This record gives sequence, C-alpha cells and structure tokens, in this order.
Amino acid sequence: MILLLLILIPLITGAFSFAVKGDAAKALALISTIATLGLSAYVSAGNFSAPMSFDQEWIPLLGTRFSLMADGMSSMLCLLTGIVMMVVMIAQINKDVENPGSFYGLMLLSQAGLMGVFLASDALLFYVFWELALIPVYFLCSQWGGEKRIPVTFKFFIYTFVGSLMMLSALIYLSLQTPGANSYSWASITHAGAALPADKQQWLFWLIFIAFAIKMPIFPFHTWQPDAYEQSPTPVTIILSALMVKMGLYAILRWLMPTLPAGVAYWSDVVVVLSVIGIVYASCIAIVQTDIKRLIAYSSIAHMGLMCATAFAHNGVGMHGVMVQMFNHGINITGMWLIVSMIEQRWGTRDMTKLGGMASSAPQMAIAFVIISLANIALPLTNGFIGEFMMFNGLFGGMISNHTVMTVLAGLGIILGAVYTLNMIQKTAYGEKTTMVMAKDLALNEYVGLAVVITLIVFLGVYPKPLLDLTAGVAQMIVK
Amino acid sequence: MGNFSQLVYLVPLFPLIGFLINGLLWNKMPKTLAGIIGSAAILASFAVSLGIFFEVRNPSFQGPVIVNLFDFIQSGALRIPLAFQVDALSSLFLLIITGIGFLIHVYSTSYMHHDEGMVKYFAYLNLFVFSMLLLILGANYLVMFIGWEGVGLCSYLLIGFWFKKREYTNAAKKAFVMNRIGDLGFLVGMLLVLYNFGTLSYKELFTTLGSGMSTVPSSTITWITICFFIGATGKSAQIPLYTWLPDAMAGPTPVSALIHAATMVTAGIYMIARSGVMYSMAPLTLNIVAVVGLATALLAATIAIRQYDIKKVLAYSTVSQLGFMFLALGVGAYTTAVFHVMTHAFFKALMFLGSGSVIHAMDGEQDIRKMGGLGKKMRITSITFLIGCLAISGVPMFSGFFSKDAILTAAFAHNPILFALAVLAAMMTAFYMFRLYFLTFTGTFRGTHEQEHHLHESPIAMTAPLMILAILSIVGGYVGLPEVMSEHNLFNEYLAPVVKNFGEHHLSAGMEWALMGISTAASLTMIGVAYTMFRKPAFAESTGIAKILENKWYVDELYDSIIVRPIEALSGVLDRFVEKMGIDGIVNGVGKSVKWGGDRLRMLQTGQVGFYIFIMVLGMVALFTLSFFWVK
Repeated sequence: MILLLLILIPLITGAFSFAVKGDAAKALALISTIATLGLSAYVSAGNFSAPMSFDQEWIPLLGTRFSLMADGMSSMLCLLTGIVMMVVMIAQINKDVENPGSFYGLMLLSQAGLMGVFLASDALLFYVFWELALIPVYFLCSQWGGEKRIPVTFKFFIYTFVGSLMMLSALIYLSLQTPGANSYSWASITHAGAALPADKQQWLFWLIFIAFAIKMPIFPFHTWQPDAYEQSPTPVTIILSALMVKMGLYAILRWLMPTLPAGVAYWSDVVVVLSVIGIVYASCIAIVQTDIKRLIAYSSIAHMGLMCATAFAHNGVGMHGVMVQMFNHGINITGMWLIVSMIEQRWGTRDMTKLGGMASSAPQMAIAFVIISLANIALPLTNGFIGEFMMFNGLFGGMISNHTVMTVLAGLGIILGAVYTLNMIQKTAYGEKTTMVMAKDLALNEYVGLAVVITLIVFLGVYPKPLLDLTAGVAQMIVK
Repeated sequence: MGNFSQLVYLVPLFPLIGFLINGLLWNKMPKTLAGIIGSAAILASFAVSLGIFFEVRNPSFQGPVIVNLFDFIQSGALRIPLAFQVDALSSLFLLIITGIGFLIHVYSTSYMHHDEGMVKYFAYLNLFVFSMLLLILGANYLVMFIGWEGVGLCSYLLIGFWFKKREYTNAAKKAFVMNRIGDLGFLVGMLLVLYNFGTLSYKELFTTLGSGMSTVPSSTITWITICFFIGATGKSAQIPLYTWLPDAMAGPTPVSALIHAATMVTAGIYMIARSGVMYSMAPLTLNIVAVVGLATALLAATIAIRQYDIKKVLAYSTVSQLGFMFLALGVGAYTTAVFHVMTHAFFKALMFLGSGSVIHAMDGEQDIRKMGGLGKKMRITSITFLIGCLAISGVPMFSGFFSKDAILTAAFAHNPILFALAVLAAMMTAFYMFRLYFLTFTGTFRGTHEQEHHLHESPIAMTAPLMILAILSIVGGYVGLPEVMSEHNLFNEYLAPVVKNFGEHHLSAGMEWALMGISTAASLTMIGVAYTMFRKPAFAESTGIAKILENKWYVDELYDSIIVRPIEALSGVLDRFVEKMGIDGIVNGVGKSVKWGGDRLRMLQTGQVGFYIFIMVLGMVALFTLSFFWVK
C-alpha cells in the first residue's frame, strides 16, 4: 500500500495542481515532493529480505496485473527521485514560471510515472508508467522551453517514441511465449524470455535495447539529448538527466538482463565497445563546447557510457558500482544544473566565453560549483569516486574481450573529464569580475538546495556504506 | 613509552579540523586567528607525530601497527578499509610533513598577512596537510590514492590561488591535468593489483610476494610497477610529465616551499619506496626508473642554468633533485632516496622560503637580473640561503653532501656510467645554485631606486623558520653517515624493518673516498666558475644553445603541438562534422526520407475513381501472376 502511495501522491497532487493558480501551485508541489520523499526514505530503510510489494487485479483480458515491488535498487531510485524532485521544488521557490498550475502539475505527473517505472513488476504496467513519465516532459519542453523548443521536442518525441514502440512489440511477443494464459508479470516474462533459443534472444535484444539505449543515451543514439537538455527549462532538464536516463539503465538491469541472458551475453562486447566509444567521443566533444548546458550534457553521456559498459561487463563489484553511481550521478548532475540555472538567471547567458569572475562576485556559489564539479570528475572523498572506482574494477575484471584496452580507453574519460570540467570552472568562476551585471550571491532557498546536494556528495563520498548495503543484494542477483 | 601509534588518526584529524573551521567560516574569521588556528593544528599533529616516532624507534616496537577506522568500500569479497599504517617509513614522513609544514604555516602568517584571501589560504593549506598525511598513512593503495588525488586538488587550488589572473589558473589547470594523466597509471596499477592479488593492503600484498608463494607471473609485476611509476612521474614531476611543476610557481611562495618542493612532489618516491618489495622483483622497471630519473636530473639542470626567475631556478632544481631520488630508487637504493627526500626537504624549503623573503623585500619582483647585493640589507636571508646552496651543491659537512654522496656511490656500484652522468648533473646543480646566489645577494643592486629604498629584512615570523631550516640543512645529514665514516647508518637502520636497499654492492673504502673526492672537487670547481662569471654579471641577448635552454628546450611548445592542439582539432572535427553532420545528419535524414516518402505516396490519392480501378486491376494481375509461379 505504501508503494501505491508513492505513485498516488504525485499523481493526485499533480492532477489537482492544474486547478490551482500562482504560488499555491508551487507550495502544493513542494509539500507533495516532501511527502513522497519521506515515504521513499521509509521504503529504503526497510528490510529487503522480504521486499515490499503490492498486487491487484488490473486488466485480466490482457493478462496484466497492477503489481509493484520494491527491492534495494527500486527503493534506491525512488529515494533518488524523491530527493531530486524536492531539491528542484526548493530551487523553484524564488523563480517564476508562466502558468504555474500546469507546469507543476506536469512535473508531478512525470514524477508519478517515474515512481511507477521503478516499482512496476508487471511488464505492461511498466510500459504504461514509462509513457506516463515521458509524456508530461514533452509538454513541459514544448511549452516552457527555449527558442528552438518545437523542433527539438519533436525530435525527442519521435526518437523516444520509436524506441517505446519497439519495446512494446518485444514485450507483447514475450508475453505470448509465457506458458498458459498470457502474463506480463516479471517472473513469467523473464522465465519465458530466458527459455527462448539463443537466436531469437539475439534479435529480441535489439528491440528492447534500442529503447533503453535511446533513453540513457548510448552512442550513437544520443543526438536528441544535448538539444533537449539545452532547450528544456532547468527543472525539466534535471528530470531528464538525473532521473529519466536512470530509467533506461534501470530497465536494462531489471528487465533486459534477466529476460534475455543469451542475447545479452552475445551482444555484450558490442555494447561495451559502443559505450566506450561514447565515453571518449562525448568527452572530446565536451571540450569544445562553449554553452555550459551542452558541456554538461556531453559530460553526462560520457558518464552514462561508463555505467552502461560496466553493466554489460557482468561483474559483481562493477554492477554494485553501477547501482551506486546511478544514485550519485543523479545527485551530482542535479547540483550542476542548479548552478547553471543560477548562472543563467544572474548573468543572462550560458556562454562561457562571456562569463567569468563568479568567485569574486558570488563566492558561495563558486564554492558550491567547484565542489559539485569535483564530484563530477570523481575526486576521492566525493560520492562520484566510489562508483567510478568500483566500475573500473568491474570493467577490468569483467567478462568481455580486450578488457584491459577497454578499461584504459574508458580511463581516458577521467583525464578528458578533468580537462573540460576545469575549463568550465576557469571560464565561469575565475578571472576578473564581469562588469555587465551585478550578481547576488545565493538566496536562502538556493543555499538550502545546494546544501542538500553537497551534504550528500561529501557524506556518501566518505561513508558510502549505507548506499552499498542498500544495493548489495540486487547487484549480486543480477550477475548470478 | 606511550601508545601513540593507536592515536595515529589524530595526526590527520587536527589539520582536518583546522580546514573545517577556516573553510566553513571563511568570510567571518579574522585573519590573524585563521593563521593561529591553521598553525596550531599542524603543531598538534607534529606533537603526536613525535610521540609516534619515538615509539617506533623503541626496539620493543612490533611493527607495523595497523589502525582500522571503518570499511570504506565493501562489495562481495572486495573489502577495502580506511586504515592507517604506522611503521618506520610512515612515521619518518609524518615528521617531515608536520615539522616542515608547521614552519611554513608560521612563515605564512607573516608572508600572507596582506592578502585578502588569507583565511581561504590557511584552509587550503590545512587541507593539503590532511591529504598528504592520508597519502603517507594509508595502509593500502586506495587510501594512498585518496591522499594522492587530494594533494593534487590542493595543489590546483593553491597554484590558482590568485584566481583573477588567467595565467595562474592556466598553470593550475595544467598541474591538475598532468597529474591526472599520472593518476590513470596509478589507477590501472591498482586494478592490476586487485585483479591479481585480490587485495590492496600493503601488508597482505607484500606478505604474499615475500613468501614466494604467489603464482602471478613476473611480467604482470613489471606492468604493475610500470603503472605505478607512471603515477609517480606525474606527481613527482619526472619526464615526460614534469612541465607542470615550473608553472606551479604561480602559487604563493610558501606553497612552493611546502607542496612543490618539500612534500607533495616526493610522494612518488614514497610510493616506490613503500612498494620496494614489488619493485625489487621487477628489474626492468627499476632500470626504467633509473634512466628516467637520471634523464630528468640532467634535463632540468640544463634548463635551470638559463632561468632568470628566482622561483623558476628553484623549481627546475627541484625537478632535477627529484630525478636524483628516482635514480637512487632505480638502482635499488630505496632508503638512500628517502634520505635525500629528507635532506632535500630541509634545504629546498629553506631556499624557497628564502626566495619568498627576497620577493617580499623586492615588492613582488622575481627577476634576478634586477637584484644584486641584497646580502647587505638582508643578513639572515642571505646567510641561510647560502647554507641552502652549500647543502644542495654537496659541499662536505652539509646535509646534502651525505645524501647525494650516498646516491652517487649507489649509482657507481650499479654502473659507472650512471655515476659519471650523475656527477655531471651535480656539477650543473652547484653552478646554477651559486649563479643564483651571486646574482641575488652579492655585487651591486640592479633594480629601481624605489625598490632599493624598500629593501629590508623580513620579520621574525619569516626569519625564524629560515634559521631553523638552516640548522637542519647542516645537521640533517649526520643521521646517515656513509660506511667509511661510521659503522652505524642510523637512518638506514631505522628504516630497515620496512624497506632495505636492494642488491647492494659493497665498494672498498678507498673507492668510496675516491668517489667522494671526485664529486666534491667537481662541485667546488663549479662554484668557483659561477663566482668568476657572476660576481660582475653582464646580461646579453642569448643565442644558440643558451636560447634553447632559456626556452626550456621548447618542450611546452612540443607538447602543445603534438598533444594539445591535435586533441582540440579532433574534438572540433567530431563536434562539427561527425556529430552535427554525420550522426545527427543521418537521424534527420531518416526523418526527412519518411516525410519525402509520405509526400510521394500521397500523390497516389488522386480522388479519381478510374485511376483507383486501374490500380486495382493492376494489383489483381500481379497477384495472379505471382500465385501462378508460386504454386509451380
């Protein structure tokens, strides 16, 4: 029942929000996200020897049930969703959007979809939530986005929708293979899939993988992403990059890997190579970006590349690292976008060639920016390091061809990452004050939002045990 | 003796607290108080370190003591604790770091007092000491790595301390990125160790290796040691990753003394000495280490000869001296390398702080062509600096003499060619150091009248550390007397439980005296040459080889054209052509062709019934024909 509430709270408050005007919508959204965070924290603190679940008849005709389940990975991602959404709402306190009722309503609906994706243990239900999470984002992007929002949203929509349909057809095919009456439950889908002959698994793999690869995104399915991040309003960019990319990875770990083990084993090398190319490729492109949003977008592609490569290396420590990194990447990139939006708000541009001197004019902001950037390049004692170290371990010890070469190539990412991240700091924070605009340092709500992010960065960087304990069981289970 | 080793966590804890206080209250803290807190934190660490040192020195000490704090990373069978290791090697480095660190903190309270960022400065400095202590104290490679990257960060922050100057932040960035290149080597080395041995703990790893039970092939050991050495070339500024260190002089001068001379840059030497057991099993790597070290010593020394910035001369000298230490490691003389780390820390910190005193008096001027005759106005700075020069040049009875002599002897025992080249580097050292000394402190003043008026000796907070370091630069060598002078080499005996020299050859006493004589005579000659050349200097536009040296062999330009610019160009091509036109072009192309196809198909919907019937008939004919052949 608690799991159902995780979905219902944002769903109901979101629907209600459309009828509310002005600051009340903002307040409603904030309260709603705090309540959801509280619940997801409660779920995460639970005992996973007997995972929480919820099961209810839904559409018997199709053989699908409304069933939810929260193990370590699901509850960790729900917790991440809760934290990120709350931080977004805190940061929104001193910002104004047009039509706040609809804006926050759509945000909350998307949150409901995300929670559903992470909790669903029925494939069709999973698909429904997958779309529920995405559709509000299309509207948010096309209504509140930047100048080029219409073509960008259109591309984003077509791209992800094609992926979704491929996934849906694969799921229907799989459910037809289930013994007895059709079923979409996780147990029967994975069982049916794993029982398929290897050649069938090999082509089904691509139907499902492409949907998730687009979402993460994995090279070369990524070109929608920098444009979408750039054009979306910051709260939406945060949902996209901190949470939605995790949907793709989560789906691979939860659905693809157990369902098509032979297909995954067959194509692992290809996926690892694509991911590693993506790391180097995106890092190189990030170096020459002048728009901070695009720089961070490419940086995120590089980070996701490492996670995806490691996930397919099929190694216990690596898989554990991927889990941890899903959470930490979400936290860190949220912090990044918060700073970017503050920069844009104060100086009216994201063009790094026109910025500079933040350390003189807004020192608190500069300190926060530097700390978050260091977490982004995985400096030890920040949260970014834990996952990265474990992932490199996993990649190196993984069951893939040329594991040494792949590890070293992926390792180039940590050098290139330092290059573009320090460039970004140098161009925005250092140098003389830009005299164009007098900038104020952090407002109270901005301070609180960044404080949450930085506390998590340092705490989980020094003492990652809680996060490691939460996901240890699931990581072991996936690689078994 | 008290049980200090169990309290080892206090040593890094004090600087951490100092960092947190100054760091969190950076905009509220009074400057003087920040200096007091920062210095007191290091003094407290020094006190505990002394206690630990005497405990370890006691013959009853059963080392190493490992203090576990908590599990840092735990996943399946992998368990890496945050643990500290107390033994002779770490306790010695503790003393160097906290001792010299404290003197430099005290010096900084005066040197940085005019700077508006003083609170921030002390926060960074404390954070640096904390990271350096983690590096030294770690009981496994991961904790060392945490400290390793931590000191890199602090170095970055302090090089770019005056962040408004583009040039300085460039230098900071360069330092960080070059260190990261090395760090990738370190990381891969760790992965190899974990993969092959399943542990990162020194104790477990070296026990396995020492027992001879390990089945890991020696080629793997060679790769591991090479990877770690790549890490060391970054942190300790060796070829090919040395070019960041001279640029790092952009930071405040006490930082150059502490981080870029006495402590951080010696981390690579510490790492290899710590892993001595493993390196002794990889003779190929040791040869590489020796060659790289010697080449760096020579290259940097040639550059130092033609530099005019007082700090740049000292920076290249540091690179060169680090090269000497790697030479020692490479010939298996691990404790000798550590011995040189210690004496070098004394005299190089002394000279950097001395140069700070000069720069302070000259109101920021660093060009030695505009100095001269400062000795008359700055007695203490001048005399202590001279002591530093004598020590680094290897003049007998000064500390550098003993440590450098030990390296040269070990090199000779290994291969006389190494010895000859090392003596050459040592001769250049004596020459450029005394060139620096004569140009700065003797002769007549060559700066402006205003500067001359401003000249003054620095306050006591700055000269006191100079005097203490000067004393250490004289007496510091007597703990490691060579065999021909004393039966007991206290230094080697202290370190013996942890690390011993490898493959030591014993030379006859006569030979040792002869080698000592050769190197001493060579150094003294070069001091004489420097005296005749620079008593009354004349500066001409340099040409030929001198110009190449002045431009540092154009290595920066070389790296720029073969690495930096190609990467930028490649990135530009990837962004403009592959990404926007290639991949995105295909994606948009697919969309456009669907649209194009749709437009064409729409033409068929003409709305004329006759046309539809015509198409229908055509279709039926086609079907019939097809089924006819199909059945057949």
